[in-house]
Amino acid sequence: MSAHSTAHDFKANASRAIADTQLTGNLKAVRQNFIDKRAKAVKGLPEFEALRESGKEIKDHTLAHLDLYLEYYAQKVEESGGHVHFAADAEEARKIALDICRKVGAKTVTKGKSMITEEVGLNAYLEANGVTPVETDLGEYIIQLRGETPSHIIAPAVHLNKHQIEGDFRRVHTHLDPARDLNEKVSLLTEARGVLRDRFLVADVGITGANFLVAETGTSIIVTNEGNGDLTQILPKVHIVMTSIEKMVPTLEDASQILRLLARSATGQEMSVYTTLSTGPRRMGDLDGPEEYHVILLDNGRSAMLGGEFQDMLRCIRCAACMNHCPVYHQIGGHAYGWIYPGPMGSVLSPSLIGVDEAGHLPNASTFCGRCEAVCPMKIPLPKMMRHWREREFERNLNPALQRWGLGFWAFFAKRPRLYALANRLAIKAMALIGRKKGSFKGLPGLGAWTKYRDFAVPEGETFQAKWKKARAGR
Amino acid sequence: MSESRATMLASIRRSLGVKGDERIRKAMVEDRLERAPKGVIPDRAQLDAAGKLALMLEKLEAAQASVARLASYADVPGAIAQYLRDNNLPASIRRGEDSRLDGLPWAETALEVSKGPSAGHDLSAVSHADLGVAETGTLVLASGADNPTTLNFLPDYHIVVLSAADVAGDLESLWPKLRRKHGKGAMPRTVNLITGPSRSGDIEQTILLGAHGPRSLHVLVVEG
Amino acid sequence: MALFATCLVDSLRPNVGFATAKLLEEAGCRVEVPRQTCCGQPAYNSGDRATAKTLALQMIEAFESYDYVVVPSGSCAGMIIKHYPALFAGDPNLAGRADRLAAKTFELVSFLVGVLGLKTVSARFEGQVTYHDSCSGLRELGIKDQPRTLLASVEGLELVEMKDADVCCGFGGTFAVKYGEISDKIVTEKCANVTTSAAKTLLAGDLGCLLNMAGKLSRQGSGIEVRHVAEVLAGMAEGPAIGRAAQDPALVEARS
Repeated sequence: MSAHSTAHDFKANASRAIADTQLTGNLKAVRQNFIDKRAKAVKGLPEFEALRESGKEIKDHTLAHLDLYLEYYAQKVEESGGHVHFAADAEEARKIALDICRKVGAKTVTKGKSMITEEVGLNAYLEANGVTPVETDLGEYIIQLRGETPSHIIAPAVHLNKHQIEGDFRRVHTHLDPARDLNEKVSLLTEARGVLRDRFLVADVGITGANFLVAETGTSIIVTNEGNGDLTQILPKVHIVMTSIEKMVPTLEDASQILRLLARSATGQEMSVYTTLSTGPRRMGDLDGPEEYHVILLDNGRSAMLGGEFQDMLRCIRCAACMNHCPVYHQIGGHAYGWIYPGPMGSVLSPSLIGVDEAGHLPNASTFCGRCEAVCPMKIPLPKMMRHWREREFERNLNPALQRWGLGFWAFFAKRPRLYALANRLAIKAMALIGRKKGSFKGLPGLGAWTKYRDFAVPEGETFQAKWKKARAGR
Repeated sequence: MSESRATMLASIRRSLGVKGDERIRKAMVEDRLERAPKGVIPDRAQLDAAGKLALMLEKLEAAQASVARLASYADVPGAIAQYLRDNNLPASIRRGEDSRLDGLPWAETALEVSKGPSAGHDLSAVSHADLGVAETGTLVLASGADNPTTLNFLPDYHIVVLSAADVAGDLESLWPKLRRKHGKGAMPRTVNLITGPSRSGDIEQTILLGAHGPRSLHVLVVEG
Repeated sequence: MALFATCLVDSLRPNVGFATAKLLEEAGCRVEVPRQTCCGQPAYNSGDRATAKTLALQMIEAFESYDYVVVPSGSCAGMIIKHYPALFAGDPNLAGRADRLAAKTFELVSFLVGVLGLKTVSARFEGQVTYHDSCSGLRELGIKDQPRTLLASVEGLELVEMKDADVCCGFGGTFAVKYGEISDKIVTEKCANVTTSAAKTLLAGDLGCLLNMAGKLSRQGSGIEVRHVAEVLAGMAEGPAIGRAAQDPALVEARS
């Protein structure tokens, strides 16, 4: 079992989010920031489009040869003294991590930001087994204090404001002076830095994710701005990289190409502050660094996506540009999606990983405005793949009956042009007659879902085709 | 081979419709690993030495690092002492074994220099970068006794010495140099690409410096 | 050439069809309107590929004999241009026909500017207007400057850009009814941007988006008028705006 999902309750989740004015206010405050920063960074690199094509080509090639690159990668990790563990699903990944922790008698584990550990529900599992996980990315730390999941894949606490964060710090950091001033954002940052610095220094194991795995050298790469990922992996005795198989790239050159896309698309930086390449445990003569280096490679449904209509999704580098530009995400935030991955990328990925029965709403909750695909650095055709999910649902009869019936009723006429013309003329005339004194309907039988929120324009009274025929006959 | 490993590889091969022993696929993979094609390299970094240095300095400042330009290595200790004074910091510095920092006139300053990794008690540290990447103002530091990785992250003030001769244009220029030094396919335990001081945007997307790593990054560019 | 009016124009806003025909005829085209229903997009986007294919084939048969097919809608034109080839890819009998139809199908304004080379129209419209870039037209077909070029030539018209003109209005076809609450929030923001622009008229090139925005503005009691860009370009914007009652009952009589 992967992490808990409420994706099936998407509509109720979204309703709740929309009613939460604090949440929607917080979301609105940061929205433009993401968009403007990315636009500026993209504009500053004339080769950005060419790099998108290059990134796509690299990942397509890698995915088509993933078995071979994985074998090569694993061999290189082992040559450098590291260990590679293969995990078919979330449960296996969690168990491997716990086993490693137990072998070294770990009591606390520091964690760099990792969506894969969120996906497998690692924290709850470690805790239930007597190992305390400490999230060290500031955003992840904040949501851990709140018992929440990330609402965004690169900005986990983007749904919160500083007053909420201050409340959490006062509630949890009871060893500090209750009269301290936390009014400035920087005071919150400094407090978290102090609290977490102590945790870094005593942790037994550090767990990070990986943005890239480099087959050529058996290297894992993480990208952070805070430096927490680095303190997580260089201070404890053991460094565990929990990651998934599609993070693979062939060479360091290939990683460089995609790094140019990643930071610009994510935060609008040209390069994140810390890009860290890790290869095996500490070497002879090294004075610091972990004594053990483990990589846990998670599949959890990804290998089944290869070779099919969802393979393109495995190019995703988790930059979050899609959700940062999504009109639906803007209104409801990340938690409403109900599972780990929100926004357009989640709407394609989640049904693959937890099933379309559970996550069926997600690919439907899109206007297909295409902005996600337009900004995706890896040129993933997100709307097209959401449509593929809708096709799967339709084939399997998973849509609500009323919706199917409505579509079927419409299609019956649309497939019969003469009948359609007749029925449409009658319906239009009837509507025009009922609405002849007004321009718009405030409510209309059968269109309640529309007229609940907006008026419906009264038709002119005759169809274009009928009018055209009359007009041209008179010529 | 572990059972899980075999299962995963089999599942991948089933999806891709391959066996894994196809010669053409293996040849393509070997070729890519061998050739390591460069891809798209931004024009902006294709400059002469002076241009690269100028771009490096511009990008370092854009990344909110501070910079001092020095005529020679002999100026390094004095520049460090000056920086610590300017920031009202104790004249104490931690460094690794890097021979490029040996034999400098440390004794002409009041600096107290200690060697080794950091255990978290050092306010300031100095490291030597192997390379600068002008394209983004990125410093490249490799782990080892010369420049222990903990010095890059635990101190509040990180001072990095960079030789102007080591400023490369683009990121891709780094890898052949690493391969020459460590052997193809081999790497130091850690390679840190550092672009500015630590920061976080996790509170209302406001960028604040000094999240977990150094609050300040000061780069001494040695031009002689 | 053939005019594909789209089912929304056919049913709800024939004036857009006539405006389209007028623009094309004034540019020297001979326009016909073959019997038509729908391009199949609602079925396609609901996952019903079979119905989408049936309707696409019906469209191909009705329209393939013409030199050009012009559509006053970016999303319906996009359906034919971008998605028919995808629907029939690999089908030995139909792939070629779908590709050929796609190659000669154009959204109205991009046809006027891109194919016919029009830079001006002879029309008059008094006042400030703002233009919403409908998503499919913008991102599938690259329609951005063309309508602005032609609008600039309309006498008396001043185009004022709203904030986020290229952001979705929340329509999304069936999305607007399946996820009405979210759609409502998106269109509410859009309407706020329209209102802030101070324009008295909102234009766009897709009737779906226009009905959504007009419906919301009407519900808000806004005085802003909403029209299809073709109506203004053709000088046929004197009748009631979308969702507005005809003030003069005689006008209703005359129009039916």
